[in-house]
Amino acid sequence: MSTEYIGKPTSRVDGRDKVTGKAQYAAEFEALNLTYGVVVSSTIAKGRIKAMDISAALQLPGVLQIFTHDNRPGLAWFDKSYQDEDSPPGAPFRPLYDEKILFSQQPIALVVASTFELARYAASLVKVTYETEPHVTDLNQLRQDAYTPSKYKSAEPTPRGDAETGLAQAAIKIEAEYNHPSEHHNPMEMHATTVAVAEDGTLTIYDKTQSVLNSQKYISKIFGLSTKEARVISPFVGGAFGSGLRPQYQLFLAMMAALQLKRSVKVVLTRQQMFSFGHRPATIQKLVLGAQANGALEAVVHEAIAETSQFEDYSENLVNWSAMLYKCENVQLTHKIAKMDVYTPLDMRAPGGVSGMFALECAMDELAYATKLDPLELRLVNYADKDYSEDKPFSSKELRQCYQQGAEKFGWNKRNPKPRSMREGKELIGMGLATGAWEVKQKEASAKATLSVDGTLQVSSATADIGTGTYTIMTQIAAETLGLPMEQVTFKLGDSTLPEAPLQGGSWTAATVGSAVKQACEALKEKILAGLRSAKDSPFEPVQTLEDVVFTDGRVFLKNNSEQSVSITEAMRLAGENVLEVTITAKPKKNQQEYAMFSHSAVFAEVRVDEDFGTVRVSRVVSAIAGGRVINPKTARSQVLGGIVWGIGMALEEESVIDQQYGRFINHDLAEYHVPVSADVHDLEVIFVEEHDDIVNPIGAKGLGEIGIVGAAAAIVNAVYHATGKRIRNLPITLDKLL
Amino acid sequence: MQNQAAFEISALQPALPPQQAVTLKVNGQEKTIKLAPWVSLLDALREYLQLTGTKKGCDHGQCGACTVLVNGKRINSCLTLAIMEEGNEIITIEGLAKGDELHPLQTAFIEHDAYQCGYCTPGQICSAVGLLAEGKAKTTADIKELMSGNICRCGAYTNIVSAIEEVIQKGGQAHE
Repeated sequence: MSTEYIGKPTSRVDGRDKVTGKAQYAAEFEALNLTYGVVVSSTIAKGRIKAMDISAALQLPGVLQIFTHDNRPGLAWFDKSYQDEDSPPGAPFRPLYDEKILFSQQPIALVVASTFELARYAASLVKVTYETEPHVTDLNQLRQDAYTPSKYKSAEPTPRGDAETGLAQAAIKIEAEYNHPSEHHNPMEMHATTVAVAEDGTLTIYDKTQSVLNSQKYISKIFGLSTKEARVISPFVGGAFGSGLRPQYQLFLAMMAALQLKRSVKVVLTRQQMFSFGHRPATIQKLVLGAQANGALEAVVHEAIAETSQFEDYSENLVNWSAMLYKCENVQLTHKIAKMDVYTPLDMRAPGGVSGMFALECAMDELAYATKLDPLELRLVNYADKDYSEDKPFSSKELRQCYQQGAEKFGWNKRNPKPRSMREGKELIGMGLATGAWEVKQKEASAKATLSVDGTLQVSSATADIGTGTYTIMTQIAAETLGLPMEQVTFKLGDSTLPEAPLQGGSWTAATVGSAVKQACEALKEKILAGLRSAKDSPFEPVQTLEDVVFTDGRVFLKNNSEQSVSITEAMRLAGENVLEVTITAKPKKNQQEYAMFSHSAVFAEVRVDEDFGTVRVSRVVSAIAGGRVINPKTARSQVLGGIVWGIGMALEEESVIDQQYGRFINHDLAEYHVPVSADVHDLEVIFVEEHDDIVNPIGAKGLGEIGIVGAAAAIVNAVYHATGKRIRNLPITLDKLL
Repeated sequence: MQNQAAFEISALQPALPPQQAVTLKVNGQEKTIKLAPWVSLLDALREYLQLTGTKKGCDHGQCGACTVLVNGKRINSCLTLAIMEEGNEIITIEGLAKGDELHPLQTAFIEHDAYQCGYCTPGQICSAVGLLAEGKAKTTADIKELMSGNICRCGAYTNIVSAIEEVIQKGGQAHE
């Protein structure tokens, strides 16, 4: 037996629950006298509700109530009460607040009935008349109206030097505009909330969320509940990718109905309604690159316009990547936003990074052809050995290894640099590459560790597992730290009564909650050792610190005498304790601020394009990742594979199409909004390069949820150019653009 | 233009379909529930029988999350009404394991990490059971094509295909 788990491929601890159907998601909990809520959505994008006739629906036997702006209860007054942990600056949307329509598919009523079918039917009987106002939903039309937000949500652009002079000095210049449309998260599980009201009135709220605490704070503020009254639970989340970072309106509606009716209520959005809230904002990005003849960058100009709503100023870190990814003295950045009659955009897997680096990495590819350099060579010429945007050293950066190992595995040297030069039968073959980066963060988080006399350990924190493997890696970290077999360790999450953790997002959970779990287990070790030292005739009596002992295989050993050991259970008994418990809060170390902390990737893609039909097949992708310490190579590989699949989607398939006449996302289902299916995914390979980092956090892990997608789309787009000689700068590359 | 008003919903007196007793044979057990004819098999399983292992991902037959086996064939349970399935053998994800012993596909999914969030997983596994029974999948490309009715937004396809391939190589229906 060995209790070394970190770094070993480990099957998910929640795997059995997931393959047997036992794992319970937000809409799957039993509740006393459950009723069903169905949302009625606005059919116009802008204007006001003139009248709503709910009488036909209300008279159906079994319909309990229909909530509208006319009859809703009084609620919190101030915007502050509706803001959450991921709110951009502005006034958050308030469901059923008044008669105003701010976006198409805005929720305008909730029908509550004894069965789902009845509620759905009744919802179809609600008659609404509107007074329509002209809407704006075309970003392209708003170029002149785009403005600099008074406050950026995440990062302010960080220009440097003098790009104009840089461009004047440049021997070679390229300039181009890159666009991509809005995209929707579309996790497989639709957003859902079940509010269970017990006999005594106690509420239990099962919500689909990336933070039970965020949901809890949101509803507590709006409905005037104490945190004790509003317990939020979310043990399993059927995907989110950012869609669960903000409380969505089904939570609000289910809570309102449950409190008013004093009955359990479940509200599940339809797939169509999954297009009625946050999404990846469409962007228009202009890139100007100036370089010397040898490819060395003289200037980078990155100007972006992105959409936001009428009521909030959403902005993501879209352009700063152009300041940090390469070495260049002169960088000019602007990031404007434009108000459209849509819901506020929302962080979606690698928000900003995937959009901004798609543009930058396609521009770099164009520069490679302009300078007649191999695209890989161009990137090495401009390799940044520090973060020039903040003038800080990297805490670690093994991107060179990513390029090298990725290129070797992929067979980059077999690439004929000439576009449209490689083919097999009717298929044109193209090879492209792109660089990716993602910021590494450690946030503050707490964890509780409880060791029982039978040797079982329970560790907990109010974080989430949205498929990322949180349950498994936290169990690994706890088991290894305390030297216990994994079978004796359980990790609990997704319950607002547990110690505080931040939103699960930004790829920071492994680092953040992992560090808290590790420190909680180390604190337990201190307690165990203290007990051992004080025991009568203990060989551990002279031991001063944890350095002198080893916790492994369920035992505590003296480091200098491995003959002397005691089992954890015996240690507990000796200490006369039935239960040892500690709760700690792990904070990032201050010295992190002296460093730039990023994960990196080099993505190599091969595409095959049917010359007659213009269909693109991504035949191979190699993604080489420098992501610090890999806690679980099995689940880590899965995360990066998923990121590549998202890259395929972004490059070739995904587009939330707005019908400008109605201001509505018109392809709002999974038949028309295309995401990759099994037949779209071929040979994908993931390499984790060795990267040691003591600075990022005590675990040394950089997080892998997002780095896998960054660069993937650009690599595919660049491969399509190499295959066809056609530079498509407008995603997704559907076949019509290649014909 | 015929008498258009007659087709307006508001002109109709809402009449609700009556509930009736329906006996469904799910995972070898007969269960009688009272429901109206407009209840889909998916909602009958999830809301009336508390068999929530079968997932709702779109309710329109577009994602495959609700795949179950009816008389051994894989179907989207959101596209059939519960009353149409009386007398048929329905197998859901909850019925694949024999006691503690998992179906080989369930074991392979765990081993290959053929999931992430787990929400499409019951549908993927039921679909793969149906795929094996069909006996049409001879190549990796066949598996991909014939599993493309089951969307996995986490993008676990590579591992899903490996898991299915392993079970096929080991002789397919080893569980039966």
